[in-house]
Amino acid sequence: MARAGRAGTVKRVSGKRTVTEDVDGEASGPWDRRLHIVTGKGGTGKTTMAGALAVALATGGRRILLTEVEGRQQIAQLFDTPPLPYQERKVASAPGGGEVFALAIDADEALLEYLEMFYNLRRAGKALGKIGAVDFATTVAPGVRDVLLTGKVKEAVNRPDATRPGGLAYDAVVLDAPPTGRISRFLNVTAEVAGLAKMGPIRAQADSVMAVLRPERAAVHLVTLLEEMPVQETVDAVAELTRVGLPLGGVIVNMARSPLLKVNQSRLARRGELDREEIVAGIKEAGLEPTRELVDALAWEASQHADRVALETAERAEIAALGRPVYEVPLVADGVDVGTIYRFAEMLRAQQMVG
Amino acid sequence: MDSTPGDDRPQAETSSRSSRSAAKPAKATSAASGAKGTRRRSAGSAARSVGPAPRRVRPHPAGAPLLDVDAMLDTERIIVCCGSGGVGKTTTAAALALRAAERGRDVVVLTIDPARRLAQSLGLTALDNTPREVAGVDGTAGGRLDAMMLDMKRTFDEIVLAHSSPERAEALLANPFYQSLSSSFSGTQEYMAMEKLGQLDATGEWDLIVVDTPPTRSALDFLDAPTRLGTFLDGRLLRLLLAPAKAGGRAYAKVLGAGIGMFTRVITKVLGAQLLMDLSQFVAALETMFGGFRARAEETYRLLGNPGTSFVVVAAPEAAALREASYFVDRLDAEGMPLAGLVVNRMHHSDAVALTVERSLAAAEKLDEHGEHPLAAAVLRIHAERVRLASREARLRDRFTSAHPDTPLVEVEALSEDVHDLAGLREIGYALARVERLERAG
Repeated sequence: MARAGRAGTVKRVSGKRTVTEDVDGEASGPWDRRLHIVTGKGGTGKTTMAGALAVALATGGRRILLTEVEGRQQIAQLFDTPPLPYQERKVASAPGGGEVFALAIDADEALLEYLEMFYNLRRAGKALGKIGAVDFATTVAPGVRDVLLTGKVKEAVNRPDATRPGGLAYDAVVLDAPPTGRISRFLNVTAEVAGLAKMGPIRAQADSVMAVLRPERAAVHLVTLLEEMPVQETVDAVAELTRVGLPLGGVIVNMARSPLLKVNQSRLARRGELDREEIVAGIKEAGLEPTRELVDALAWEASQHADRVALETAERAEIAALGRPVYEVPLVADGVDVGTIYRFAEMLRAQQMVG
Repeated sequence: MDSTPGDDRPQAETSSRSSRSAAKPAKATSAASGAKGTRRRSAGSAARSVGPAPRRVRPHPAGAPLLDVDAMLDTERIIVCCGSGGVGKTTTAAALALRAAERGRDVVVLTIDPARRLAQSLGLTALDNTPREVAGVDGTAGGRLDAMMLDMKRTFDEIVLAHSSPERAEALLANPFYQSLSSSFSGTQEYMAMEKLGQLDATGEWDLIVVDTPPTRSALDFLDAPTRLGTFLDGRLLRLLLAPAKAGGRAYAKVLGAGIGMFTRVITKVLGAQLLMDLSQFVAALETMFGGFRARAEETYRLLGNPGTSFVVVAAPEAAALREASYFVDRLDAEGMPLAGLVVNRMHHSDAVALTVERSLAAAEKLDEHGEHPLAAAVLRIHAERVRLASREARLRDRFTSAHPDTPLVEVEALSEDVHDLAGLREIGYALARVERLERAG
């Protein structure tokens, strides 16, 4: 059996079937990159997967920074910590002495920091805030806003720290990025500010961000569910990111159902033709009372399950056709908590998403 | 297999559907959903599945007021669907609009970013920013459905063209600031959706306008954006920036003093001089053209607060989506905006909750030990997973209802496939209005 998570791999959670077809010459995992950008359609669990990836990367003693840029404090909610200030703080430990720090990047703060760092203009910046200039720069000129956000990410990626092995403050940075619909515009900052700033510092900043987004330094991972719309968005995003030359990473399938019925039973369940006598006999054997209502309910639930698994199988094939490395984590019926993050991190490691 | 007396449905149907009547005491089944059996999936999906139907009319949760969807559809003039991304907002908006049209009203649905196949089913193949009649709508009640997809840039361009001379319009349309603002400012889409809503409303052509809101990062953006854009375009900064264009370079510094000097210094340093000139030109053009964006934003706001408007907050049973819904409900309340209620999509439910997760799994394990009845064991495991999912979703929903005990809501059962035709939208409409299969037939 070939390694899991390679290009073209279809790997079911159950591990029952593995189809592998490596695509040579394409970048593929394990993803040893300085910057991991995690995107996905809204509701696919992008933040959860960014958190799991950060823990997976930190495992074994590395120091990782997990960042978010949309002002929603999702990292704090994920790790069950108080809201993050504009300041890096440790939110989790990983097995083997690893550490995950987190930062919620705020465009206004990033602008002030930027003014201070490059022009020693923090006070002027604050004064400008009063007349709405900061608002202007960060809100109305959208390219500028994105340059500030990605610029801060870039700064963290490149930040030196002589006291650490490797000489860098973080071994890698994980960005919980805007959703797939906006990702290529968000990252393709040079093009975005081109109309606004043909030269000058904003342009230079944009160019330095693009330098971090080279394939050997960064990867954009796409989170999806096995449903039509998220898969369609993933397919579109792969095309769009490729078109603008941004470095593609893997596809992470979230909330995959493990097929619990055998293939032939599944077919019967979808037709409403499951062997009810057999279910009744089994339920009796297990010491439960096989009322008609119970058997009806169970048969209906089995058909729903079979329908869902069939849909997922079809969507999984669409994902596999992208030829990207695919990683998969299961549906957690009880809901995601901090423990889930660690479980998912272990799964991503087991599928060799990270080295 | 015995059939309920007097039940004239074919047995195959009965087997899966009559289970509803067997509500266990543990289950808080409302009378409305308890009696009549459930609906089958639409003909459109028959090719994929002819099995037992998903039951979309779920038991309504005890203690929460029910959102009366039909009453809303029959009386309101504007319905705004909002919620965070990925919760089925567009589908809900389209389903509401279709149902209102088939109940006899002239309806237009303004969608922002529909999934490709849903757009196709609504005939939204061309992005021409004009409502088009949707084919295949049942017009026997005298209604019709038009649909349009918002083209944000085009809407903005149209405002420019409508409010200025051709030369001025041309200069503005070519300005890089205008181009950036009109195509990518995070608030422009929201603002233009409101602008379009105002335009559609002004025509008086429709009884009801259903608006889907942009997939903003947060549901709150939608309420904030029009004012934000209005404030910006009408704000102090713009007045400062306007000064040079109005008074010429020299008067500029004199009029505004040291503050603006510092401002231009910083802006020039950070953004470059060319950019400042473009901006100044852009702002000057805008001001002569609109004379008060804020007034426009306020007008939009008033329209939204009017009687005849209802907000429907859409959520999925996920912690983040319901948290957003919660914030949004509070915010609407604080703004005095008329909230109709909450739609929770994609809920799962079980007809056999009396068989708990633990007992179900224990039973499955017992069968496994003896290596017998693998089908029954599998079915018990499926049941355990479903009950687990259903209880988590119910817990999340309860959290919302305890914080908002007076907010009416309606739940829609999860479908095992996506909706992309009118038949599917109609089914969602039935689920929203809690119409049972048999009522529909009669």
